[in-house]
Amino acid sequence: MLIDSPHWISIIILLPILGAVASFLWRQHIVKIALTTATGTVISVGILSWQVISNGVQCYELGAWNAPLGIELYVDGLSVLMLLVTAVVGFAISIYASAYFEGNKSKHFWPLWLFLWSGLNALFVSSDIFNLFVTLEIIGLSAVALVALSGGAKAITAAMRYLLVSLLGSMLYLMGVALLYHSYGTVDMVLLSLRTEMNPAMWLIMGLMTVGLLLKTALFPLHFWLPAAHSSAPVPVSALLSALVVKASFYILWRLWIVVFPLDNDAQVGLGFILGVLGSLAIVWGGVKALQQTRLKLLIAYSTVMQIGYLFLAFPLASIMGWKAALYFILAHAIAKTAMFMVAGNILIHKGHDRIADLYSTVQHLPLTIVAFSLSGISLMGLPPSGGFVAKWLLLEAAIVSGQWWWGIVLLVGGLLTGAYVFKVLGYAFIQENSTNEPRPIGISKRMEWTALSMALFAIVLGFIAPFVLGIMDIGSPFTKGSL
Amino acid sequence: MNFDNWVPLLIVIIPLFIAVIIFALAEDKIKTRSTLNIGASVLSLGLVGIMLWGVSKGFHYETRFSFLPGLDFVLRADSLSMLFVTLSSALWLLTTVYAIGYLEGSPHRSRFFGFFSLCVAATLGVALAGNLITFLLFYELLTLAAYPLIVHRGTQKVRRSGRIYLMYTLTGGALLLLGTVLLYSITGTLEFVASGFLSTLDSSTHSLLILVFVLLVSGLGVKAAIVPLHGWLPQSMAAPAPVSALLHAVAVVKAGAFGIVRVIYDVFGIEFSVTLGLTLPLAIIAAITIIYASTRALFQDGLKARLAYSTVSQVSYIILGVAIAGPIAAVGGVVHLVHQGVTKITLFFCAGNLAETLGIHNISEMHGVGRRMPWTMTAFTIGALGMIGIPPLAGFITKWYIGLGALEAGHGWVLIVLVGSSLLNAAYFLPILYVAWFTEPKGDWPAEKKLGKYETSLLLLVPPLITALFVILLGLFASLSFSALAWSEFIISKEFLL
Repeated sequence: MLIDSPHWISIIILLPILGAVASFLWRQHIVKIALTTATGTVISVGILSWQVISNGVQCYELGAWNAPLGIELYVDGLSVLMLLVTAVVGFAISIYASAYFEGNKSKHFWPLWLFLWSGLNALFVSSDIFNLFVTLEIIGLSAVALVALSGGAKAITAAMRYLLVSLLGSMLYLMGVALLYHSYGTVDMVLLSLRTEMNPAMWLIMGLMTVGLLLKTALFPLHFWLPAAHSSAPVPVSALLSALVVKASFYILWRLWIVVFPLDNDAQVGLGFILGVLGSLAIVWGGVKALQQTRLKLLIAYSTVMQIGYLFLAFPLASIMGWKAALYFILAHAIAKTAMFMVAGNILIHKGHDRIADLYSTVQHLPLTIVAFSLSGISLMGLPPSGGFVAKWLLLEAAIVSGQWWWGIVLLVGGLLTGAYVFKVLGYAFIQENSTNEPRPIGISKRMEWTALSMALFAIVLGFIAPFVLGIMDIGSPFTKGSL
Repeated sequence: MNFDNWVPLLIVIIPLFIAVIIFALAEDKIKTRSTLNIGASVLSLGLVGIMLWGVSKGFHYETRFSFLPGLDFVLRADSLSMLFVTLSSALWLLTTVYAIGYLEGSPHRSRFFGFFSLCVAATLGVALAGNLITFLLFYELLTLAAYPLIVHRGTQKVRRSGRIYLMYTLTGGALLLLGTVLLYSITGTLEFVASGFLSTLDSSTHSLLILVFVLLVSGLGVKAAIVPLHGWLPQSMAAPAPVSALLHAVAVVKAGAFGIVRVIYDVFGIEFSVTLGLTLPLAIIAAITIIYASTRALFQDGLKARLAYSTVSQVSYIILGVAIAGPIAAVGGVVHLVHQGVTKITLFFCAGNLAETLGIHNISEMHGVGRRMPWTMTAFTIGALGMIGIPPLAGFITKWYIGLGALEAGHGWVLIVLVGSSLLNAAYFLPILYVAWFTEPKGDWPAEKKLGKYETSLLLLVPPLITALFVILLGLFASLSFSALAWSEFIISKEFLL
């Protein structure tokens, strides 16, 4: 049967690359090719997910070489959810971008984006640390190029800084990979998990890899590059970066932390405490900075800094429930943040600016867009019913069960800060004023409004399908030591 | 799944569904919108009627599906929820009629009625929630759905009141969430059970349970406007009259009070709450709220501001009645959920009529208004007397039962609170009545409009007259078997295991 074929794992990687090349070659049909590729990729990911959900973990050896030599691809519940969220966000962004970009920029956007998508898919199915490095580089380079797309001095500066940070992060990670290979003679995660042991060299390795990946994930205080990069990029790119790209490096760190690093439970809690503190600082700092912003896109970018902080609260808890909460945060944030950046894009085109204090009457002109903003805001705040609420609930429960209730307080403070900046925007959008010195608002395409709204609705729907999603997380028990 | 499993869900879904349709409806389709609105509220009132009949016959209505790991989404009709559901859906119908009249010709009505229906859906969900997590879900939905109504006018001033409202309620919501998670981590269940589910727990958990209680009640107390958590309520007076009516009588404030009743009865259980020593402090706080807010009301010249402080005070009667922890006082507290709702909505309807027809917002402008709008002022008078507690109006029944119950439970001091508060009520309501009926008009009204053939448009006039009639009937026929009082006794008989 076609549907049972083992090749779907490689198809989800190859298809976007083929699409990228094709869209580069036949520019007159670029949007058609890109959207066809996007649809095809979503279907392939869907079939692969179906295989995993009904048959369990899927493995595939490229070129039929065995584990130590060849490239092994591996898909468990964690990978499936990351692939699925990438597919959902990726598809929505493709639809949105087909209305957003016009002319020249579109020419560069599509090949780069499809290339990036291929990198993301490859990353989520890789199970050796060198392969992960390669995919991380693919993602990093295409992301930098995408940031530079919008042109202008500001975007170029942001892109340059992003490039340097990204390279530095990859380099640190690569040093870790080299040291691991040197010490243990393999780059395969499963083999490493059997061989690694605590010694001074291991501390160095852990330090290098963690810092490198944190830099790419933009955890406070290594977030300095993120607001500029995410806010100066074109809107579909901002959405991609916030929703998916920062999660890619987080995903690697996560796998390393659970599988490769020889940490027992006490060490996980102890070292996790440092990450938890950094996460808490990210939440407070990101929230306060978001509240101070006068531009919508910057506000949303700082909100990402904050939401990344939530993910790290799971580390000191070191429990399966905590990890599941973190994963739910990833899903909910990816969907809601995509919707929110799309909202910012709609407002930008409609009003010609994104100054928060001048958003008056937006409710009247773009009701669907404001509804989308509110719904995605609800999820980010973690109010029920939404994906954000499920994540918050799980994390609160995990914190209280493990006796570390203070992380729960941080979580609630974060929710209130989010509420403050979400409603700051909504409050201005509800004001009715008639200003004459404002250029006439421009009508925007229905497709953009509806894509934003669909994503926001999906963030709410995530609040109702928790048992199903949490069930998928158990496949291959990715959060247990030595699972892979 | 049969019909009985779907009724509670249907009741919540109908207004939700209507809200979505109304949002999508063009602004000028007034007829369609009004028909939809009224049709939906009549339909759900009918469903509530069926359920009311069923519950009294002992049928079981419950919708349940898995929501979070180990937790279900539950909507269930029990006697307490039926009391609140009936009140909400009946007042929904009247407020809808009123709002159609009130907002005639004003902009953004689609948006208004959309969020209005959303508010109703959330309130009905709060009423029917069968466990704490479902309650929380609708409670937060209510917080959010009420915000656009409060800032509906879109001025800088209402934006400020909206911000204050959110600061209070979102913080309250966070406390409630924390309390809920804590409770869940102790018990592993959040299902509401008549007479509570915590009394069997080991005594080592008691100090944590007290913390849970404080978190839950202070979270709910924000909406119930318990002093000192009441600061947002007088601020949100800038909202249009139907919104204030809804907010004060059924939706936001009442949801908080209802939640406290739920937590005390169906989570902790009244006897266990007494064992933990939680009820007396709560009763004292409620008593302070009653006296403090009545005193503040005395000094307000704005009619709606005075009514707002009156709400703060009156809602605490519910909490006081429950916290006295005797069955008779409890009946008084629970029945006040209905009595206060019907009475306060009458007063707010009337205040809205004065503002809309004559442009009157302050009590000092009300000279001789009784002659210009006799029917409105008649309804207002009935409402005011009901609040003061003149027999045989609804408010009297409440005070009678709370007073009697306090004596029975050995809390004689409550009588002083009741008398003091009634005197204060009289002191801030009677001057209004005097000014309205017994003084001469001082020249022209601030902004008079001619609405319809009568003193004002019928859509504005009929709802307060109906609710005023209810204020009389609920008091007069309190002893009949289908009155709110009889139903409250039915509820309390389950809680106290009499």
